[in-house]
Amino acid sequence: MLRYLRLLSIQMRASALLALQYRYDFLIDGVITSLYPITAVVPLFVVFQDRTQVAGWTLPEMLVLIGWFTLLEAIIEGAISPSLMSVVEHIRKGTLDFVLLKPADAQFLVSTARFQPTRITNGFLALGVIAYAFSRMGRAPAPLHVATALLLLVTATVLLYSLWILTISAAFYVVKVDNLAHLFSSLFDAARWPISVFRGVVRFIFVFVIPLALMTTYPSLAMLGKLSGGVLVLSVAGALVFATVARLIWLRSISRYTSASS
Amino acid sequence: MSVRNTLRALPALTRIGFAEAVAYRAEMLIWVLSTTMPLVMLALWTTVAREAPVGGFGQADFVAYFLSNFIVRQLTGSWAAWEMNFEIRNGTLSMRLLRPIEPVFSYAVENLTALPMRIVVAVPVAAVMLWAVGTSHLPRDPLIWVLIVVATFSAWLTTFLLNIAIGCLSFFMESSLKVMEIYFVVFMVFSGYLVPVKLFPSVLRNVVEVLPFRFQIGFPVELMINAHGRAEALMLLGRQWLYIGVLAVLSYVLWRRGLKRFAAYGG
Repeated sequence: MLRYLRLLSIQMRASALLALQYRYDFLIDGVITSLYPITAVVPLFVVFQDRTQVAGWTLPEMLVLIGWFTLLEAIIEGAISPSLMSVVEHIRKGTLDFVLLKPADAQFLVSTARFQPTRITNGFLALGVIAYAFSRMGRAPAPLHVATALLLLVTATVLLYSLWILTISAAFYVVKVDNLAHLFSSLFDAARWPISVFRGVVRFIFVFVIPLALMTTYPSLAMLGKLSGGVLVLSVAGALVFATVARLIWLRSISRYTSASS
Repeated sequence: MSVRNTLRALPALTRIGFAEAVAYRAEMLIWVLSTTMPLVMLALWTTVAREAPVGGFGQADFVAYFLSNFIVRQLTGSWAAWEMNFEIRNGTLSMRLLRPIEPVFSYAVENLTALPMRIVVAVPVAAVMLWAVGTSHLPRDPLIWVLIVVATFSAWLTTFLLNIAIGCLSFFMESSLKVMEIYFVVFMVFSGYLVPVKLFPSVLRNVVEVLPFRFQIGFPVELMINAHGRAEALMLLGRQWLYIGVLAVLSYVLWRRGLKRFAAYGG
């Protein structure tokens, strides 16, 4: 366990050095990515011009959700997708051999291969949005609610990571999945609204199949103190099941890996 | 690089572009499917309208607006800026320069030949729209129908010229992809892609009026949902072409100036 923690810190240091190599790029990238949340906030301000509630959510509550959405997007783009996209490249070129030969778990190695430290600006921005939302409500979130929300943040990260591992596992079968990854991030755009905005089949999908509700709606509800205990327990259990299935599928897929050349 | 040469090459270029679009059809399908933003916005706006109409837009109006939005986005997409960035950086632009055809023209043909495949996707969406909201939203005036076609083509041209202009910037800087990202955010906000421009508060509305982005999405979409009369539509079309003229000059100048700085590395 300690060994893996040390490995993680080495991998992270390497990514940080790589990013700092191009200093201006690093700064500009940080500034530009923080523009994206504007696209989520502008429609909200237009919607709330002449009303106080939409789908049971007030403007500050929606802003909390946008904060969570921004935070999770930062986690995906900063810690999950860069590494896993490089796996696709490895599989295509056959260089995954070098990873498999190393005396550590292959899934761990590929998952920590690359971080994008510039996305941290979006993380701070997200916290800023949440803080602003609570100041508009004129109260601070209760400590217990923050703790629940943090637990759900871990759950959401596990879920996102598992979904990515599932997507990447497809690369062993169909090779070209970078487009699938793109498709996934466009689907994630739907997580910027509370789940009560969607209805019927779409809602079912976003709760159970691609559990976007667990990623942004439930953590926000938890932070606002509106989440019931039952949903919390089910969310955590669901995420664990999801992660286990993803791990099993990864192990199955990697056993099908045949090197490219030679 | 005469006009005659370029015209003579047109059939061959078209065939190549179309074959490419067919060869990468699965990839294109995924690109098309990943245009989820209009649908994500549709979900929000229909929920809002279910409680009470917004600025004259009811639920059905939003369905019509955002599905038309999806169609226009499909038909007017351009990715020339990415291609130019790639080709300028690794020097493969020299291959394009060697051909006796105006390079900007070959980018345009590559874009347009992907259209048949995109229409294949857009048609079912149009059908769903008709089924969902009925035909009462459609314009009755045949002139408006002609204008829809012209405006959609012009919207593509606007997007394409903006792409070329931003692509040319990478002659002057290492990569203009960052500029492209900023452009994309501004475009999304001010084009009517996320919010019908009619619903903007008056301050933002004034900003929209001086920017070209509305003519990339909002204008053709508004025509499709019959939001403009003849006179207004023609006036907007005139303004659209004003922007096209400005962008054409701008991208021409950037291309000429940039090309002088271009140096291909390697073989």
